[in-house]
Amino acid sequence: MRYLPKSDAERRQMLDEIGARSLDDLFAHLPEPVRLNRALDIAPGRSEYEIVDYFNKLGAQCGNYPSFLGAGVYRHYRPVLCDVVVSRGEFLTSYTPYQAEIAQGSLTTIFEFQTMVCQLTGMDVANASMYDGSTAVPEAALMAMRVTGRERIVVARAVHPEYRAVLDTNARNREMSVVEFAYDASTGLSDLAALEAAMDNQTAAVIMQSPNFFGGVESVKAAAEIAHKHGALLVLVFTEAVSLGLLKPPCEADIVCGELQSFAISPSYGGPFAGVIATKEKFLRQMPGRLAGQTKDSNGNRAFCLTLSTREQHIRREKATSNICTNQALIALMATVFMTVYGKKGLRELATQNLSKAHYLGGQLARKFSAPYFNELVATPRRAAGLVNDELLGQGIVGGLDLGRFYPELSGSLLLCATEMSQRADMDKVAEAINRA
Amino acid sequence: MYPDNLRYTKEHEWVKVEGATGTIGITDHAQKELGDIVYVDLPKVGAVVETGKSLGSVESVKAVSEIYAPVSGEVLEINAMLSASPEKLNEDPHGEAWLVKVKLSSPDEINQLMSAADYRKHLGEA
Repeated sequence: MRYLPKSDAERRQMLDEIGARSLDDLFAHLPEPVRLNRALDIAPGRSEYEIVDYFNKLGAQCGNYPSFLGAGVYRHYRPVLCDVVVSRGEFLTSYTPYQAEIAQGSLTTIFEFQTMVCQLTGMDVANASMYDGSTAVPEAALMAMRVTGRERIVVARAVHPEYRAVLDTNARNREMSVVEFAYDASTGLSDLAALEAAMDNQTAAVIMQSPNFFGGVESVKAAAEIAHKHGALLVLVFTEAVSLGLLKPPCEADIVCGELQSFAISPSYGGPFAGVIATKEKFLRQMPGRLAGQTKDSNGNRAFCLTLSTREQHIRREKATSNICTNQALIALMATVFMTVYGKKGLRELATQNLSKAHYLGGQLARKFSAPYFNELVATPRRAAGLVNDELLGQGIVGGLDLGRFYPELSGSLLLCATEMSQRADMDKVAEAINRA
Repeated sequence: MYPDNLRYTKEHEWVKVEGATGTIGITDHAQKELGDIVYVDLPKVGAVVETGKSLGSVESVKAVSEIYAPVSGEVLEINAMLSASPEKLNEDPHGEAWLVKVKLSSPDEINQLMSAADYRKHLGEA
């Protein structure tokens, strides 16, 4: 977006054109209480050097602390190549690639993105990305409703609480009812007996996350069998994309959706991220979002274009499969470059490192749940969780998430995450702080 | 071109009545306007369709068009061939490529529809 400054003379000209005496005159019709009758509280202009200095000082206060927070946003190494590619003007400033003849570069990267997401998830088709993992969840639920003609969604409590909140927000003003089913207090996995009990013949989808919010690896196959027995679809959610480098692709699911932040997308205070939806070919036409496809140009050469746009808002209007009419092309490109840099073998190695480090940490703790886990786990400190986190912060370490914020029954327990970035000495400090009486 | 045993709508659907069953399709004019048809979205068997309301859609390489029910009734059968071969709609819209068969709930509705001669006039081909 360009910034277009206006001079006083230009302002005068515009006011004259519409017959307003002054800027105040232009806004005179606004009620007094909503008007800010003073200048904005912004410091006067500073030199470029002063601004850089200001932000450097501010940044220095934050420190680059090792962090054991996971819970949907993960601390992974970002290969330098990601920013190099993403910063190229051809990608950075490009608009939606409607005109295939001038957008083969963008379209090629989107096609590669979709292909790699399919390989990771075991699905047949993936879209060009969604806003983020949380918004992909209601989109997957709506898709399941279109496929089944039903309106009831059964979601596991072990799905990320904020993803469930986004689902509830979406359900609030439409014909979607959402019910939750419990997790097993001893394994930390979704309780499949509770799932079975929650099912009925009006259920459109079962939504489950793996690894789930507590880090536990769920049985996708068992959940799929229950969903399918009742004529519903299984929507499998992931928040930690690196886990897909090691875990079996969730191909028993009907829709896979999730967050790709782990793939070189900087946490940046929570966004922008990039989500994705992938599915089986038979559900392709009910899929939301943009799709790039492979075709041939008039000379018979391999080429790419946006395809199946007839599902989309700009063509179908109110009948569109979704009101998501854009995607996160540039952010998704970071993930594309990341997947390309690591490759199949590299991603597997990365995932193995995550698993090993988390299990090194978990091995020193009395874990709250018994389920197999990837790179997140739950432990209950012997002292108050807040105290432990404060103490760790004093040592320059960001501790875990107090689960009481989202699960009152788990108050005092910490959700901890270790990744390839976690160092042994720091993990030892965390374990020591948690284990100390 | 437009068979006399069919009845037509202004929205370019046709219906053929045999006893209590109505077979519904789109007209040759509709398929020509749409161009190459790539996908047909039809209701489920057992669904109830209402005159003038959308019963599905036809997608071509350039547009998606709603199909409006020319008569009311319950869907008895859908043309399964169209899911694999939607292009049949371009080839034989008044015959092999019918869309759905419905059990007519108000057979009198048929009198509101155009005859082949009226439809040709509507198209300006008379």
